[in-house]
Amino acid sequence: MVSVLSIADEGTAAIVVPRPSVDDRTAGIAESARGSFTLADVSVAYGDDLVIEGVDMEIPSRAVTALIGPSGCGKSTLLRCLNRMNDELGTVRVGGTITLDGQDIMRREVDPVELRMRVGQVFQRPNPFPMSIYDNVAFGPRTQGIRRRADLDALVEESLRGAALWDEVRKSLKKHAFELSGGQQQRLCIARALATKPEVVLMDEPASALDPISTQQIEDTIAELKSSVTIVIVTHNMQQAARISDRTAFMLRESLEEPAHLIEVGETKKMFTNPDDKRTESYITGRFG
Amino acid sequence: MAIVILAAIALFLVYNAGRALTEVGLGTMLSGIQWYPTSDPGKFGMLPLVLGSLLVTGVALAVGVPVGVGAAVFISEFAGRRLKEVMKSVIEFMAAVPSVVYGLIGVAVLIPLVKDVFDLSSGLTALAGGIVLGVMSVPTIVSISEDALHAVPDDLRHGSAALGNTRWQTTFKVTLPSASSGIFAAVMLGLGRAIGETMAVLMLTGNAAVMPTSLFDSVRTMTGTIAAEMGEVVQGGLHYSVLFTVGLVLFAITFGINLAADLVLERQRKRWRR
Repeated sequence: MVSVLSIADEGTAAIVVPRPSVDDRTAGIAESARGSFTLADVSVAYGDDLVIEGVDMEIPSRAVTALIGPSGCGKSTLLRCLNRMNDELGTVRVGGTITLDGQDIMRREVDPVELRMRVGQVFQRPNPFPMSIYDNVAFGPRTQGIRRRADLDALVEESLRGAALWDEVRKSLKKHAFELSGGQQQRLCIARALATKPEVVLMDEPASALDPISTQQIEDTIAELKSSVTIVIVTHNMQQAARISDRTAFMLRESLEEPAHLIEVGETKKMFTNPDDKRTESYITGRFG
Repeated sequence: MAIVILAAIALFLVYNAGRALTEVGLGTMLSGIQWYPTSDPGKFGMLPLVLGSLLVTGVALAVGVPVGVGAAVFISEFAGRRLKEVMKSVIEFMAAVPSVVYGLIGVAVLIPLVKDVFDLSSGLTALAGGIVLGVMSVPTIVSISEDALHAVPDDLRHGSAALGNTRWQTTFKVTLPSASSGIFAAVMLGLGRAIGETMAVLMLTGNAAVMPTSLFDSVRTMTGTIAAEMGEVVQGGLHYSVLFTVGLVLFAITFGINLAADLVLERQRKRWRR
């Protein structure tokens, strides 16, 4: 059964402990290994309803890991475990252990606010804040207490370059974010996530609300980013998973009575050409889902 | 239909104010600082009344806005579901209490309190009237602000949380600015409510129609003047007509405020339709 290690509670966000610097929290971990997750026997329940059970997987550093599977198989729910965003939703309970660079992130004393500085997220629909492009990107750094204009300017430029948006907006940083197109808004959200210098960026179907050209731009951006951050992406689009990911994890909820399981995880190439599990093969070849 | 009624009200006011407008003149009335309607000839300087209204309304906003917006933020962002329901019903109930009752409570509790705390000869002041008006404007401000906060998509709150913001930081840096136009509209409607209120201010402000010099003076508002003097005037007389002019000025002010609030609310509605 579920061993409940983290109970989402309304008060978790109320206490802010002083944040250690980047150097402190990663001391002893080789630079190349930063931003790797290990999941052991992870389960998730909404109230009494167990929706994910027994997930064991490694998410390697500096690579793109894709989570695929039919609708309602818990991909997004599992993704939200990685930055404890499930805490925001009230009645979600997560069991098992999840470690980020060797640190158990589900322990009570881990501040989710601090965790989210290390593990950024990009959402399904672009959700820029109603303020200027500059202020959107500078939002996270300002939360971290960075005030000096020169530092912010540098971070904003670096993040917008990282999200492949700089050339389009460099002359109009004061423009309201809502004036951008949907694809530009989503890249702005990626830049916003990058600005806090995270080790990991989670993406929940980041291109599903976008047209093909914008999707292409997002995919190019992801390919650029993986040399510097770990990326975990949920996608409905199997071609997309095949194109952009290094590793793929296939999740499936076989009936409504039982929770979803991780069926198979491995190198993307192998998953799409020679999967070990019959169900993976059926899904990938389009027999269901 | 609504426009026809509004136009009819405006026409009715202008028609009845006609005699004052021609014999005294709007400019003279608005700039005059002496209100002696029963002297001979009567002096109809409205400025003390307009200032009285503004002073009382200013105090009302200073009380009602922080309390109202604060309560709306608490209900929308922090309260659990059950507490939210309870608070919303209580606030709706506050709106249903007749203004005379607020006036009575003010007379019994607030007037002596203001008198003692500020060591005044009388507690019947602009301050006391304003505080009670502020309380009365709270339901309007809360319910419209809460709607505006509720209309902010959860996407934005989650986006902020995912950047490592606490719930308080999210509220102040994202949710409140996003709802700012709706909250502005709430404040404007609360203001409209306060400036048009009659009974409670009549009971609490002391009703001295002289130029106010501080919050601790007795003042007389435009609404209070109409209510107090209408019973004593000759129908069709000059004083009667002047009171209609006061009503016309009041109508113009509240109409302007409501119009501004509506325009802002409409802009906010469009904003999230994307």
